[in-house]
Amino acid sequence: MLDDFFIRALIAGLGIAIVTGPLGCFVIWRRLSYFGDTLAHSALLGVTLAYTLEFNIAISVFIISSLIALILIDLQKRTNLPGDALLGLLAHSSLAVGLVVIGFLTFIRFDIMGLLFGDILAVTTDDIFIIWIGGPLILIILKLIWKPLFASTVNYELAEAEGLNPDRAKAIFTILMAGIIAISIKMVGLLLITGMLIIPAAMARNISSSPQMMVIYSVIGGLLSVILGLLTSLEFNTASGPSIIAAALFLFILSLLKIKQSIKLKN
Amino acid sequence: MSLNQNILVKLKQAGLRINNKWLVKDVSLQIEKGKIVTLIGPNGSGKSTTAKIALGIYKKINGEAKKYTNKVGYVPQKISIDWTLPLRVSDFMVLTENLKEEAINDALSLTGVIHLKDKNLGDLSGGEFQRVLLARAISKKPELLVLDEPVQGVDFTGEIALYELIKKISDELNCGILLISHDLHTVMSATDHVVCLNGHVCCSGSPIEVAKNNEYKALFGEQASQILSRYEHRHDHIHTNEGKIKKN
Repeated sequence: MLDDFFIRALIAGLGIAIVTGPLGCFVIWRRLSYFGDTLAHSALLGVTLAYTLEFNIAISVFIISSLIALILIDLQKRTNLPGDALLGLLAHSSLAVGLVVIGFLTFIRFDIMGLLFGDILAVTTDDIFIIWIGGPLILIILKLIWKPLFASTVNYELAEAEGLNPDRAKAIFTILMAGIIAISIKMVGLLLITGMLIIPAAMARNISSSPQMMVIYSVIGGLLSVILGLLTSLEFNTASGPSIIAAALFLFILSLLKIKQSIKLKN
Repeated sequence: MSLNQNILVKLKQAGLRINNKWLVKDVSLQIEKGKIVTLIGPNGSGKSTTAKIALGIYKKINGEAKKYTNKVGYVPQKISIDWTLPLRVSDFMVLTENLKEEAINDALSLTGVIHLKDKNLGDLSGGEFQRVLLARAISKKPELLVLDEPVQGVDFTGEIALYELIKKISDELNCGILLISHDLHTVMSATDHVVCLNGHVCCSGSPIEVAKNNEYKALFGEQASQILSRYEHRHDHIHTNEGKIKKN
């Protein structure tokens, strides 16, 4: 019979995949992969803070990531630096500050590898609780802002002109990104969360012809990646995050075969 | 609320300045239900900017711009769609509002592109895409239609048909239309009110008034001013599929 920790990891992982699927599509459509990275890197600071103040990790990460997102928006308005430079600046400086703070916290033993790459053994029932409350909440909010967010992704001016308030949708979406990073950091690890967002969605893009289809395939791809990845992790004793991402990559490569076929059919 | 229930948009000395450069300045105009207001003017005269001010796209403008309706259909001049999005014509039709299948089909039929409904947006030609853009804007039965060169890239016969369609829509839906067009013939034949822009309003009024205006003549030349409202459509055949011609 499967071990108890494995069942916990599976339940947590599946809960995450359902949420990263649709969010990941928007990350690809809106070209936000580096933004995702930046939020994830800043999460380390959130984790250290949680340990210092003996606070819940997910909530602390959520607060810090949202804060970094706000700082980014502010810097974009205030400076003339290009967006990718600002993202790099925030990503690496928050990562660095996080690591420096860890250096000071000599009284706590940190599993750095677990933080960076995820640790299925660390998933507790509390984490499952947070994932299955937070995840559906993120999805419901995404569903509510879907129309303005999607319309402004296609064309900002069209959405604005026809009264959809795209700025508000964008701000809410940023908070949702901080939310998914907060609930998935333990499972996937902060270096690989963006992969979990992008790779299943990229796989889905290869085989879909409509946005709805892409979202559905992206969720399915994420779920399969979690199942495959965790089974590999259990079998070969590899870290959970990298195993899940490797499984997602495997699915992505399979989806390329489908593209080849359809190009052949076209010619 | 507007005092006059028929007013949809009102600009009062509206202007936009970006980086200390005026894109357009001191524009006053109003769009009423059932009326077509056309903006004309040379390139860079601020036509599209004025349209966007009227739509409320810019947040920081000079002067006043009030929009009294939220039922808006917009056909922008330029639209760049990112092809990382898998988007079919039918998905694009419901971009800003959920529509019944019937409304989608009707609009696409009116602009003559119903056969493209399941096609990927990226596979359309320029003219086809323009027809889809127009179909999307009219499908939601807006109170205000803002059309920024709606027939660019559409073939000649199609152009005339689409302008006739725009006129028809204005009558049927009783919606106000803000039209930007280079085609002076059309402007003169279908418009209630013309605003001639050149960084500011250089003249405005009924088509005939504008055509007689000296500033308009200076801007467009003597020839253009001779195009009065006597626009006649001479066409003794219709085009059927695959470029075949059928005599009337």
